[in-house]
Amino acid sequence: MNAVFASRTAQADEASPPVLSVRGASKRFGSVLALAGIDISVSRGEILGLLGDNGAGKSTLIKCISGVHRFDSGSIIIDGAITTIRSPGEARFAGIETVYQDLALFDNLTPAQNFFAGREISGPQWLPRGLRFLKQRRMDAETEALLGNLKVTLPKLDAVVAMMSGGQRQAIAVARSTVFARKVVILDEPTAALGLRESRQVLDLVATLRDQGNAVILITHNMEHVIELADRAVVLRQGRKVGELVPTKDNKQELVSMIVGA
Amino acid sequence: MLPEAVNQSGIKADHPTSASQGTGLALGLKVLSVGPILVLALLIALLSFLSPYFLTQRNIGNILAQTAVISVVAMGQHLVILTRGIDLSVGSNLALASVVGALTFHAGGSAAAVIFVMIVSGAAVGAINGGFFVFGRLPHPFIITLATLSIAKGLALQLADGRAIPGMPPAISALGTDAIGGLPGSVFVVLGVLALLLVMTRTMVWGRWIYAVGGRPDAALRMGIPVSWVLVSTYVVSGTCAGIGAVLLAGRTDAGSPLFGNLLELDTIAAVIIGGASFLGGRGHLGNALIGAIMIGVIRNALNLLNVNIFFQLIAIGVVIVIAVESDVLRNYLEGRVRVMQAGKPA
Repeated sequence: MNAVFASRTAQADEASPPVLSVRGASKRFGSVLALAGIDISVSRGEILGLLGDNGAGKSTLIKCISGVHRFDSGSIIIDGAITTIRSPGEARFAGIETVYQDLALFDNLTPAQNFFAGREISGPQWLPRGLRFLKQRRMDAETEALLGNLKVTLPKLDAVVAMMSGGQRQAIAVARSTVFARKVVILDEPTAALGLRESRQVLDLVATLRDQGNAVILITHNMEHVIELADRAVVLRQGRKVGELVPTKDNKQELVSMIVGA
Repeated sequence: MLPEAVNQSGIKADHPTSASQGTGLALGLKVLSVGPILVLALLIALLSFLSPYFLTQRNIGNILAQTAVISVVAMGQHLVILTRGIDLSVGSNLALASVVGALTFHAGGSAAAVIFVMIVSGAAVGAINGGFFVFGRLPHPFIITLATLSIAKGLALQLADGRAIPGMPPAISALGTDAIGGLPGSVFVVLGVLALLLVMTRTMVWGRWIYAVGGRPDAALRMGIPVSWVLVSTYVVSGTCAGIGAVLLAGRTDAGSPLFGNLLELDTIAAVIIGGASFLGGRGHLGNALIGAIMIGVIRNALNLLNVNIFFQLIAIGVVIVIAVESDVLRNYLEGRVRVMQAGKPA
């Protein structure tokens, strides 16, 4: 709770410029206007709650930021510079990590192999990436140390992820983003499929991400989580931004009515 | 106080059963994971009991020589199947490579040139498979490899005028016949390919990517793995293995022939599946694919030794495939059970 409090006061001075801004983002799928000129921004050490009903455009927005889709128009500004993101690889290169709702874990690989998938520690550097030799022991050691820091306990580190529970899998996916996150972490409904205890663990991880100085975008349907963690909340409805406020217990009802449009 | 007591006793009553169940499941999974080599050992024990000739050095040499081609090609097939794909063209690819090699020899090519041409021909067909599958945006590799199965076969028949072309350089024939330490030379080629591919799949980033792409293609893409190139590379390797297989078969028969490699796609796919790889992708060990190939060779050889009708061999291998695939289903089921138990455990 201390950490939460500290960050809220840090946020209060509003001095830090946004690390990520999206300006005038629009996206159309055929005749459906998924996003109509959205502006959002998020700063380091801040958690931005992204709210909206199903089909409001949340997923489209984050998929564009993380390189899965591209905006039809609008720009992504990272640390003050307009940045083009054409692929998930480019998003990662720009310092944006995404924890997808489906986790994007490889069931047939171990936690360490999952952590480093696509950016394996390997050498020698002069070889093309695919032909380099894996430094598996180093990756295992780093994974173990990191999971220890985050207080994530797994039954066996050399077991494949397929054998782990929903909460453990979610923890692995979130922990993976903490390894590599340099600027922005996007989490798409990280607690949707979890029980109470497991949700708690993941929410603590989200707080850790923020405390490490990341800008966090949190998509969730759970108002309690938004009120507890988010410094600001942006509400989308039918592809438009319909509101932005600091979520508190008192304006919860206001938030809900923005979401449903009543 | 009361609810806690109930809870405690509940845990106590629950724990021993779930623990013993857990070890049972874990044991089942272990048996299935070492399954192929276990089955091969049992098979060999049984057959040496049934036929006094089975374990003689000559017969073992025979089995290995006969299995060499299936083994090499199955290793390539294994990589393709790891990525959820299939390469139906390997047999025709091998035939075409052998014909191209024979023609090169008759045009005055050296042994090295003949080997080079065969391997390049194999790799080229593989590149066409992979290229059309990935960049031609085909829904499944079944279609393109079925097409190249037909095209390569037709091309081989056309080039060879429908007949086998006898004659191979002595260095190549030696691979098929010469015994080194009692083993045919082709065995060493198999071991060499095995060693090379083991290094590439187990210690290189490329191998990790193959498992990642096979495990979850969409996630691999989102994690920045060059999925297209990984896929193409597996077909190129499969084609290269078919080319190496052509060298071995041409060596053993001292000829190139458009009729080589008939049903080789079935034998190699069977070897991979018997070896415990999953059609669902991302699962399987190269060594087990080799064991699967040897198992097919052993079954064929033993049925010959035991004077079993040759038609029955096809049936026997089919039955073994069904058993292998069902054991994969069983393994998935057991893994699901283990996962459910893990979820129930307190963190």
